[in-house]
Amino acid sequence: MSETQKVSASDNKRKNTGGTTILFFLIGVAISLAVGWVIFPKLLYLKKSQPIDFSHAVHNEAVGDCDSCHFFREDGTFSGSPTLAQCIDCHEDVQGDTEAEQIFVEEYIAQNKEVPWLIYSKQPDCVFFSHAAHVKKAEMSCESCHGEIGTSETLPIYEENRITGYSRNIWGKNIAGIKKHTWDRMKMDDCGECHEEETGDKGSCFQCHK
Amino acid sequence: MSKGSKHKVKKFGMVIDLDKCTGCGACMVACMSENNVPFKENESKKLDSITWMRVYKLENGKSFPEADICFLPRPCMHCEGDRGHAPCVSVCPAIATDYDHNTGIVSQIYTRCFGCRYCMAACPYHARYFNWRDPVWPEGMEKFLNPNVSPRMRGVVEKCSFCHHRYQLALDKAYAEGRDKIEEDEYQTACAHACPANAITFGDLNNKKHSVYRLKKNPNTFRLLERLGTNPKVYYHSSREWVRRAGDNYLKHEAAKA
Ligand code: HEC
Ligand code: HEC
Ligand code: HEC
Ligand code: HEC
Ligand code: HEC
Repeated sequence: MSETQKVSASDNKRKNTGGTTILFFLIGVAISLAVGWVIFPKLLYLKKSQPIDFSHAVHNEAVGDCDSCHFFREDGTFSGSPTLAQCIDCHEDVQGDTEAEQIFVEEYIAQNKEVPWLIYSKQPDCVFFSHAAHVKKAEMSCESCHGEIGTSETLPIYEENRITGYSRNIWGKNIAGIKKHTWDRMKMDDCGECHEEETGDKGSCFQCHK
Repeated sequence: MSKGSKHKVKKFGMVIDLDKCTGCGACMVACMSENNVPFKENESKKLDSITWMRVYKLENGKSFPEADICFLPRPCMHCEGDRGHAPCVSVCPAIATDYDHNTGIVSQIYTRCFGCRYCMAACPYHARYFNWRDPVWPEGMEKFLNPNVSPRMRGVVEKCSFCHHRYQLALDKAYAEGRDKIEEDEYQTACAHACPANAITFGDLNNKKHSVYRLKKNPNTFRLLERLGTNPKVYYHSSREWVRRAGDNYLKHEAAKA
């Protein structure tokens, strides 16, 4: 065999494989997309249930107002998630027949142990957020940032990012970052976007950081 | 955010009376505990230690009976430079430090900082410190950290923030009470609170009602290395000429500014 024959033989081979190469390339792209958009987000978030199920609907009727459980302290800070002090008046003994209430009374109230609630909206440690500025000064509703949690029947599943440890509510449920409501996502740019709309200024770093 | 809501711009600053300072170090201690600054295994290793507020000792170099000393507390100067062009802010490649035009406070965002330390080289006051290690607190002390100040990690720069978290909290209280403005005594730094000699006065340099406004106008008031153009917001006061002279590098024949 001469040199020229060798070359043309391998040329032939290359032409035959052209179609299959493209096919494998497309399959590869499809697999990568599936991994990136579907499988990875599933793996990334660890699903956790709240320690006990809690119905806002039931309690709003019984209590009447959000601020008997979520209130402003005298120094202007926000109490956030309730402590046992807000529950004990009604739940010293089991009054209904739900399992959730029984667990709550027996495992927490009776042992005087605080419920380790998972906070959906929890921001990273370096972030400063002020409920007073939004709820009192700007008179925004709870719903505008938290969605329907305040009127829900059950607490949603909490999803924790396995890498950062942050709640999924920060990044949002939509992996492509599409946002329909204010509460769909609460990243730095979402805070800044609204601030720019409302006040014409994104603010300096120390406004929201500590 | 005040641009939109039409408040008067604030410029927080400090006047430190060096004639009153006894060098007790209470400001340094108060600052460390307020701002979650960790202890070091060996605090005598000064390259390693972190002191947002640091008291320096100055001597006039004369012998008895003219010998005199002066203690000089040094926080971050929160330089305004030329319209916010502070030395550290202008060199930061990550915008991890910015100049807040509404308060005049120079921020440091630890999570953004990647530890290049240009700002430390740029700062003429040595007010910036680098975390060579992750903080280690004595057993049990982590439970007593200040929740309003985020702790720092290895590889980032930190510095005095004029306790700006106290400003955030003061605003919170004002908003909750339906007010927009805060009073002078509602926002004070930890060092100003702690000083037993009342040598440190803190407030809004733009506000005629605040003591700092009056104190900074005293002819015996000076700033450190003023001629560099850093335009610092920490003023010092001393009735002693040699102390005022020590505030900058004057040539022998030059008279001190004040
Ligand atoms: C004003 C009284 C009142 C207060 C305060 C109160 N609850 Fe309840 N709670 C009720 C009533 C009424 C029910 C319904 C009981 C039933 O019939 O099952 C209930 C039911 C529950 C249940 C059972 C599941 C559900 O939600 O229906 C849980 C769990 C519970 N409460 C937790 C709490 C916690 C936690 C707090 C404090 C943050 C609290 N409750 C404060 C009145 C109260
Ligand atoms: C009886 C007490 C009670 C009342 C009344 C109540 N809540 Fe709650 N709320 C809770 C408890 C318990 C949780 C669970 C803790 C958690 O997830 O932070 C919770 C959680 C929330 C959360 C989720 C916070 C987060 O990010 O994790 C929101 C938002 C909320 N409540 C809004 C409201 C609103 C709005 C109202 C009034 C319409 C209201 N709540 C009334 C007890 C109460
Ligand atoms: C401007 C948006 C906004 C509004 C309006 C708002 N929140 Fe929040 N809320 C947040 C953010 C952001 C956090 C997380 C704060 C953090 O982690 O520092 C939060 C946290 C919370 C938490 C959990 C706090 C904790 O750490 O225990 C509760 C409960 C809550 N909000 C309830 C409410 C209620 C009730 C209202 C209405 C009175 C309300 N929020 C209005 C944005 C908002
Ligand atoms: C939907 C709109 C909206 C969103 C989302 C929002 N904010 Fe705000 N925020 C406001 C408004 C309006 C004000 C009041 C501005 C004013 O009147 O000065 C405000 C004020 C503040 C203030 C007080 C500023 C001051 O000058 O005292 C802080 C701090 C703040 N927001 C932090 C945050 C953070 C952090 C987030 C995101 C987690 C956030 N905000 C999300 C609308 C919003
Ligand atoms: C309007 C409020 C706001 C302002 C102004 C703001 N931030 Fe943030 N920042 C946030 C919130 C909320 C988060 C957490 C959510 C996220 O990661 O997006 C955050 C997160 C960050 C993080 C990531 C921290 C982490 O642990 O994930 C960095 C770094 C950061 N900010 C730097 C800055 C710098 C630098 C500036 C000034 C140029 C600034 N931020 C101004 C609200 C703000």
